[in-house]
Amino acid sequence: MISVNGISKSFGGNEAVKKISFDVLPGESLILLGTSGCGKTTTLKMINRLIAPDSGQININGKNIAGEKPEILRRSIGYVLQNNGLFPHYTVAENIAIVPKLLGWDNKKTILRTQEILEKLHLSEQYLSMFPNALSGGQQQRVGLARALVTDPSILLMDEPFGALDNVTRTSIRKEFKALEELKRKTMVMVTHDIHEAFELADRICLMDKGKIIQIGTPKELLFKPVNKFAKDFLAGEKLSLAFKVVSLDDLWDFLPSSETRTPNAMPSTESVWDTMEKLQMQNSIEVKNQSGSYKNIEFDKLTAAFSLYQKRNRHE
Amino acid sequence: MNENQQSLWQFMAEQSDKLFNQTLQHLGLTFISLFFAVLVGLPLGILIARKRKLSGSVLAFAGVLQTIPSIALLGFMIPLLGIGAKPAIVALLIYALLPIIRNTYTGIVGIDANVREAAKAMGMSAKQILFKVELPLAMPVILAGIRTATVINVGVATLASYIAAGGLGEFIFGGISLNNTNMILAGAIPAAVLAILLDALLALLQNLNIKKLKRVLIILPIVILILGGFYLLPKAYGSSLTAGFTPEFMGRQDGDLGLKSVYGLKIHTIVISDAVMYKAAFEKELDVISGYSTDGRLKAFDLIILKDDKGIFPPYYAAPIVRTSSLKKFPELEKTLNLLEGKINDSIMTDLNYKTDQLHQSPERVAKEFLESQKLYKSALNGKGETVRIGSKIFGEQYILAEMYKMLIQGNTNYQVATKTGLGGTKICFDALVNDQIDFYPEYTGTGLLVLLQPDADFARKIAHDKDETYNYVKDEFIKKFGIKWLTPIGFNNSYALMMRRKQSKELGVYSITDLKQYLDNNK
Repeated sequence: MISVNGISKSFGGNEAVKKISFDVLPGESLILLGTSGCGKTTTLKMINRLIAPDSGQININGKNIAGEKPEILRRSIGYVLQNNGLFPHYTVAENIAIVPKLLGWDNKKTILRTQEILEKLHLSEQYLSMFPNALSGGQQQRVGLARALVTDPSILLMDEPFGALDNVTRTSIRKEFKALEELKRKTMVMVTHDIHEAFELADRICLMDKGKIIQIGTPKELLFKPVNKFAKDFLAGEKLSLAFKVVSLDDLWDFLPSSETRTPNAMPSTESVWDTMEKLQMQNSIEVKNQSGSYKNIEFDKLTAAFSLYQKRNRHE
Repeated sequence: MNENQQSLWQFMAEQSDKLFNQTLQHLGLTFISLFFAVLVGLPLGILIARKRKLSGSVLAFAGVLQTIPSIALLGFMIPLLGIGAKPAIVALLIYALLPIIRNTYTGIVGIDANVREAAKAMGMSAKQILFKVELPLAMPVILAGIRTATVINVGVATLASYIAAGGLGEFIFGGISLNNTNMILAGAIPAAVLAILLDALLALLQNLNIKKLKRVLIILPIVILILGGFYLLPKAYGSSLTAGFTPEFMGRQDGDLGLKSVYGLKIHTIVISDAVMYKAAFEKELDVISGYSTDGRLKAFDLIILKDDKGIFPPYYAAPIVRTSSLKKFPELEKTLNLLEGKINDSIMTDLNYKTDQLHQSPERVAKEFLESQKLYKSALNGKGETVRIGSKIFGEQYILAEMYKMLIQGNTNYQVATKTGLGGTKICFDALVNDQIDFYPEYTGTGLLVLLQPDADFARKIAHDKDETYNYVKDEFIKKFGIKWLTPIGFNNSYALMMRRKQSKELGVYSITDLKQYLDNNK
C-alpha cells in the first residue's frame, strides 16, 4: 500500500532522515517509535508531502506521489495532529466538513456522514454548533479524529495524536480508538515516543534513531528478539509490563489448566495477559475459550505461573 | 469661562456651513487615503508574511516613512503632485501604511502553526489557506492596525490645510494665526470627536465575533469608499484665476475680508500654508497669493506685488516687544536691542530673507554678516549673568532677527541667551511672552493692533494707515493691558501684499488689486 524507498531529508546541513525504506501493508498499522529528533515525524510528513524528501521515492498503491498534485494527494489521506489543529474560527461541524467541502460533497451527504462519525466517536451532536475552544482537550482531539475520518480515507497518518492529553484522558481515548471498527480496515502510520502506546496499537513497530531505522517488526519481535543493544536498551525498563501486554492467552495456552465447565460467552483467548490480570482484580477466576474450541479456567496465580514458564521457554530458544 | 463657551457655540453656529464642509472634507481625506493604504498595505503585509526575509526591510522602510515630519512630507509632495487633494492623500496614505503592513504581518505570522499545518495537510491550496484560514484569523489584529491608521489619519489630516486640501485644519491653523480661540476649538473639537468616534466604532468591529465579522468585511470597504467620496464632491469654481491665501489672511479685516468689502474682489480661493504658498505660485498651481512684502521668496520666484491702491493693508513695522519685568531684570537690555533701530529697510530685509530662504544660508551666518557690515558685531563676552530668553515666530525673518539680537546681547552684555525660535504663530508667541516663557520677540505694529488688541473696526481702520499713530497706540495699550513695552522700530515694513508671477501680471495687464478685480469681472 505505502512503499517508502531510500528517502533522505536534511534541514540546513543536519540530516534528519537518512536513506530509509519500509513498506506498510494494506490494513496494517505501523508505528514509528523513537525519541524526539529521531526523524519519525519528518518521515511521516513526507508521506503526504508536507515535507519534500531530498532523495528517494514514496509510492502509494504503486504510484509515485511526487507525480501527484499535493493538494489532491492530501485530500485522500487522513491526518491527525498532536495539538488537534482545529480551526478556531470554525464550529465543530464546519471543522469536520472541511475535507468534504474540498472534495465537493453535497451538504446532505456531509451532514449524514458527520452524524455517523460523531456517534462512533461518542461525541454528542450538541457540540456541532460550538467552537473548538469551548471543548475539553479530549473532546477536541476526538473532533480532530472525526475530521480526519469523515471522508473515510483508506490511509490515516497520525502525529502523536494523544501526546497532548493528560494520562487519564489519554488512556480512555486510546481504548476507544483501539475499539473503533472504522479503523480496522485502514492503513495507518502513527508517530509516537510512548512505548506502551506503540505496543498497544501497533501491528508492526518501526524503531528509529538518529534518522535511521534500527528495527522493524511485530511488538513481540521487538521485545524478544532485539537486533542490537540500542533496541534492547530502548525497552529495558519496561520489559515486564510490555511482555504482559504483548503475550496473549493463546501463547500460554499449553501452560494453563483446563476447565470443567463450558460457558458459551467465555472470554476469547486473544486477550493479553495484562488485560486478563486486570479482570482478575475483580473476580477470582475467568473462563477462556480459544478458536479451536477448547476451554481453560484461569486464576491469578495460575496465570503468573504459566507466564513464567512461557518466558523460560522463550529464553532457552 | 461661561461667556467664552457661549461664544464658541455662537461661532460654530455662525460658521456651521463651513464647519460641516470641513468635517466632510476631513472625513473624506481620512477615508480615501485609508482605502488606498489598505489596498497597498494589506497585500504587502501578506507578502512579507510569506517571504519573511523581506519583512525586516519593508517594515523598516515603512517605519522611516512614518518618521518624516508631516509638514516636510507635504512639502516634498508639491513638486511631484502639486497642491490640493492628491499630495494630501498620498501623504496620509504613507502615514497609514506602517500600522496596516505591520499588523497584517503580525496577525498572519502569529497564527498557530498547527492550524496552518492542518489546513495544508487537509489539502487546502495556498489561496484557500490565505482566504479561509490566515486572513480570518488575523482579522482582529489587522483591524487593530486599520484602527490605529484611522486615528493617525484624522490627526494628520488637519495638516492637509497647509497645502490647500481643506479639512478641519483650516479652522485650527487659521485660529492659531488669528489669536482666535473659538476658531481653533471649532476645528480642534470636531477633529478630536471624529478621532474618538471612529476609534470607538472600529473597536466595536474588532470585538465582533467571526460570523458577524464576515458581513462587516463586505460592508466596510463600501462605507470607506462612500466616506472617502465626500471629498470628491464637485466644488464650484467661481473665477478663472485661483488664489491661495493663508488661514490667517482668510480671517483678517486687513486680508480677505477687506479684499471682499473694499475691493469687491471675487476670486476662487483655497487655503494654504505660507510655507508652500510661494512655491505653489511659482509652479503655476496658484495665480494670486497673499504674501509678505519683505519675503525673500518674492525675489526667488520672480513674483511681483500688486499695488494696494485702496490702501487696505496697514503698515507692519517690526519692533521688539519686551516684558517690563524683564527690562527691570536686565537693565542693559533695552539699550542693546535698540542698536538695530532704523538699521534695516524693506529691501535689506527682503535681501536677508532671500539669503536664508533661497540661498539656504543659515540665519546665524546672515545675521553675523549683516551686523559686521554695520560694524555692530562684537565677539561674545561669554558672560555668566542671567539668561535672556528670545522668542521668534516660525518664519525666516524672525529667525534672522532673533540671531541678531542674540549676538548683540552676547557681544555687549554679560547676560546669557536662550533662543526659543519657531513658535507656531502670533498667538503662540504672544502667549509665551505674556506667560513669562520668553522675555521678548520681534512683533509687527499691524499685528499688535489688529490681532492682539482688536479695537473696534472703525477705529482700527482710521488709525491703521498711519504708521506713527498705530505705533503710539499699540505702545500705550500694551503697557496698560499687558505690561509689555514696544521698543523702537527696526525700520522695515513687512505688510501683507497680493502677489502674482511677474510674467502673468504682464500678460494679463494686472498691476494693482483694482486691475485684478476688473480682469476677474471681465473673464467670468
